[in-house]
Amino acid sequence: MTGFVKRLFSESTLIPVVSILIGLILGAVIMLAGHYNPFLAYGSLFAKAFGDMYNFGETIRQITPYIFTGLAVAFAFRTGLFNIGAEGQFIMGAVAAACVGVLLDAPWFLHVPLALAASALAGGLWGSIVGYLKAARGVHEVITTIMLNWIALHAANYIVRTALLEKGMARSKYIQESAWLSSPGLSELFDHARIHYGILIALALSVLFYYVLWKTRQGYELRAVGFNPDASEYAGINVKSTFVKAMFISGLFAGVGGACEVMGVFHYQTINAAFPGYGLMGIAVALIGRNTAVGVVLGAVLIGVLTYGASGMKFGAGVSEELIHVVIALVIFFVAAGGMVELLIRRFRKKNRTVH
Amino acid sequence: MPNEFAVEMKGIAKRFPGIVANDDIHLQVRKGEIHALLGENGAGKTTLMNILFGLYQPDEGEIRIHGQTVKITDPKKAIDLGIGMIHQHFMLVEPYTVLQNIILGAEPRRGVMISYKKALARIGELSDKYGLHVDPHRTIREISVGMQQRVEILKTLYRGADILIFDEPTAVLTPQEIQELMAIMRKLADEGKTIILITHKLKEIMAIADRVTIIRRGRVVDSLPVRDTTAEELAAKMVGRNVSFVIEKKEAQPGETILEIDNLTAFDDRGCQALRGLSLEVRSGEILGIAGVEGNGQRELIEVLTGLRKASSGEIRLRGRAVQNESPRRIAEAKVGYIPEDRQKRGLVLDFCVGENLVLKNYYAPPFCKRGLLRYDEIFGHAAGLIGEYDIRTPDEKTPARALSGGNQQKVIVAREVACEPDLLIATQPTRGLDVGAIEFIHRKLIEQRDKGKAVLLYSLELDEILNLSDRIAVMYEGRIVGILDPRKTNEQEIGLLMSGGHKGEREETA
Amino acid sequence: MAVLQVASDLIQTTIVFATALVFAMLGGLISERSGVVNIALEGMMMVGAFTAAIVTYFLETNAGLGGSAPWIGFVCAIAAGAVFALLHAAASVTFRADQVVSGVALNLLAAGATIYLCKMLLNGAAQTPTLKHVFSKWAVPALSDIPYLGPALFVAYPTSYIAFLLVAVMAFVLYKTPAGLRLRAVGEHPKAADSVAINVYRVRYAAVMISGALAAMGGATIALTTTSNFSHNTISGQGFIALAALIFGKWRPVAGMFAALFFGIASALKSVFQVYGITNYIPVDFIYMFPYILTVLVLAGFVGRAVAPGAVGKPYRKGER
Repeated sequence: MTGFVKRLFSESTLIPVVSILIGLILGAVIMLAGHYNPFLAYGSLFAKAFGDMYNFGETIRQITPYIFTGLAVAFAFRTGLFNIGAEGQFIMGAVAAACVGVLLDAPWFLHVPLALAASALAGGLWGSIVGYLKAARGVHEVITTIMLNWIALHAANYIVRTALLEKGMARSKYIQESAWLSSPGLSELFDHARIHYGILIALALSVLFYYVLWKTRQGYELRAVGFNPDASEYAGINVKSTFVKAMFISGLFAGVGGACEVMGVFHYQTINAAFPGYGLMGIAVALIGRNTAVGVVLGAVLIGVLTYGASGMKFGAGVSEELIHVVIALVIFFVAAGGMVELLIRRFRKKNRTVH
Repeated sequence: MPNEFAVEMKGIAKRFPGIVANDDIHLQVRKGEIHALLGENGAGKTTLMNILFGLYQPDEGEIRIHGQTVKITDPKKAIDLGIGMIHQHFMLVEPYTVLQNIILGAEPRRGVMISYKKALARIGELSDKYGLHVDPHRTIREISVGMQQRVEILKTLYRGADILIFDEPTAVLTPQEIQELMAIMRKLADEGKTIILITHKLKEIMAIADRVTIIRRGRVVDSLPVRDTTAEELAAKMVGRNVSFVIEKKEAQPGETILEIDNLTAFDDRGCQALRGLSLEVRSGEILGIAGVEGNGQRELIEVLTGLRKASSGEIRLRGRAVQNESPRRIAEAKVGYIPEDRQKRGLVLDFCVGENLVLKNYYAPPFCKRGLLRYDEIFGHAAGLIGEYDIRTPDEKTPARALSGGNQQKVIVAREVACEPDLLIATQPTRGLDVGAIEFIHRKLIEQRDKGKAVLLYSLELDEILNLSDRIAVMYEGRIVGILDPRKTNEQEIGLLMSGGHKGEREETA
Repeated sequence: MAVLQVASDLIQTTIVFATALVFAMLGGLISERSGVVNIALEGMMMVGAFTAAIVTYFLETNAGLGGSAPWIGFVCAIAAGAVFALLHAAASVTFRADQVVSGVALNLLAAGATIYLCKMLLNGAAQTPTLKHVFSKWAVPALSDIPYLGPALFVAYPTSYIAFLLVAVMAFVLYKTPAGLRLRAVGEHPKAADSVAINVYRVRYAAVMISGALAAMGGATIALTTTSNFSHNTISGQGFIALAALIFGKWRPVAGMFAALFFGIASALKSVFQVYGITNYIPVDFIYMFPYILTVLVLAGFVGRAVAPGAVGKPYRKGER
């Protein structure tokens, strides 16, 4: 028990927690500067998130995609890769699931797995492009992922426009009910919120995340490459193919997330004018969660609560929703600048260590 | 009398987390003196000089330069006081030319631009005055290590240094280049410069230094004129006990040929030819040492042998079977063990625990891995055994390798490689940066392997190590083996000659 | 000759689009040459675009300033960019954060903060109204009268002239002055620079702040020449394309300028296609995708392993052995 408590208060868990607090406090300061009431604002936020069964259910719905993209980014980080492309992989997964959902006819026990498999493949392949470019051509993944995000956005729109379009609307046709991940029974439990079974898939994938990384030989190799590609090469690990594999698995997580949004919430795929933003938040989730399975789930909960509750802030206190983006950005910033937070923690603990 | 001292450091103390690097150190260096600072790796001599050069601040103590008490807060202050440092790992910007490196930070100007003309003139002056020949327009990448060092020296002189600190200057030089450097140091001292020489090489101290201060575990053991002492005495003071220089070993019993290299060619990272038809044999039960100046293809040879680099032609045979251009894993499975030069970069995953590092070569095979899943009970059991056998100082097998000392990290690597029972053990710079105790351990292990009938290929830049351990010495120059010598019958001069391209029996010509 | 007219239009439009890329590319260049990765060019451009638009709007509505409003807006954008970049400098240099993560955070921060401030200052509107006073194109006397070539090259916004002038200035400073020599040394081998008493931290702070100023100029250019307002999609990827141009140009000012022009063509084609009705033949989505696909192909095919400044992305710890 004491080991657990020690880990809870170790620096690696404290840094994100303190960063979150600092982010929220700075958000409050900004609100004060605009003559808004931060207590009212944050209060409305939490009231909105947890206030009643409907909102609670919606909050869970909001959290779900963040777990997927968080796992995607975290997995890539573990291999030393920065996957900013979770957004694009998510979209490709979504559109793949939409295709299977609209165009295929099958009973649910085939339809759902097929759609999920398609999304996993689509997301994985989209991710592996990045891995391949890095392995074969040495191109840094930061730019390729961002470019592929844009390409995915427009490619998905094109696919919807040509193959799946609902006449006269800016979205695809509804996917067949046999591919739905939601059920009236589940929704009723939460006062008709749009909660869906994707949350279970998300939790299952986080267990898989942990298992693959820590219990399998592939995970050992991925972590080794993430820590030290030179030593890994010498250990006989093929670093280049590891990059590709890691990006495939990472993209897979994000792709399934996209599928769950389509199959569980909207039941169609829209033509997007801009990025939905799941991938970007996934980065925040992974950083806050320190790239661990448990951390990602907790981080997703936080980001989900904040983003869903933000609309409550608007109605309750007049603070516009973008402030939450500012708060989240600040949290990422402080987690990244962990050194600063580390310093604060150390000084708070009155330990006399000097940082050289 | 105190005014004669160019440098006085009194009562210097410096602590880092977990270690006391300097403890109540006193140092007095007279003007125009060549003063050696002797100590093992990790004794604290570099820390002390970093304090003198302003890179660190002392926790306690006082520094006086030419009689004036000063606070050296950063290198700028040190440079202003006339202190210059020639670092062990050269602080040179590779893509820049010699000229640019020398003037960096103190560039002569013409209006708003840099005046390379003025720079050239000044460098020429200094070059001639102190006999430091350099080629101002070549980039650092292109010039020899000896010239790079001269650039470092010119950097300090250009800024008006008259106290020069040399940090382990001979680590990367051939015997001939070492002679040249000593001549340069003598000239500098004769011109009134004060020289502090950080080193652990006793021979050089005896040859060139006027006085020596010995540091052990952060404290000053003694300070005396060199002519009043001997190398043996200094060694004993440095380590704290009597040290034997020659390693006890039995006569070698070489057996069958394990490794055959036949006319190997390969290119380096820049596309230049690194190996030009190299041929070599190593037999079981012998240690073959490779001597050579860094940059003559040794690194590429080792990389080709271990599968980290492709050979463009030629053959490598292990017990008769061709293995060139196979993957690192296949070569390891062919019973080749490898102790890499850079233990932190190639040898260990520092963020993995000791146990995970100990199976870095065979984690994928039973008993450590079954059906894609790792068996951590087997891994940690295996690790516990090796930790005991090799006396690896670690809290347990789950500690991250990062937390271990250099010597213990090296032990992990050696334990891992030897435990795989290789036929051929390749050891590259196996004792770099280690203290005497760890060095002795590694040497004993290598001889033990050789006595067990393994073939050992040893590559080291420390000629003493090569001479002491090897049963045969192969000298490499420009990607070829230019001579195979018997350590009992040869000497440093002969090896040095071959290392710089001369021929056996020829009189050497100065560069 | 219709072809020549199209070509002339294309060149003119390319220069317009490339200008912002050139500014941002120069910003990325000076930061990365000093050893600090700057992914936040996108965010800095947003800050610049927003500041320029807001200041110009308020000056033209409340202060009654006419032609000088955009210029003041431009200058304010420069200052805003530098201040915003201070965050990245502090995170990367003083707190030794992961520079890519810091960049991503700053992009998100810029996106959120600019819209938030916009809503606050404009009573809930998520974009500025169309500005009445923006930059108009200058014609270089005599040269602009050359048929076809004249209008293509010598009739441009003042910001374009500034941008290309800055390329020359950057090249001069980087390669001929002491400041440039030291900056590049800090990016290649900070320890070596430190050992000759160059203050690595100070050089990097300065470089990152100038980087922010330059990127902000790029954003301001877009707001004050192309879109005449600021909204959430004024800056959509240009910051990253500028980064690609930087890599394509191997971190050199003049080569980077050509790379920016190259990518500018992609965006220009987008606009030219729409004007000339090519959307009837190629789906609009592919036209939108084109600049991004081009970037990936260029990086993958032509650049391969580009050699970045030696120490880029690695935080510098003074006194570390």
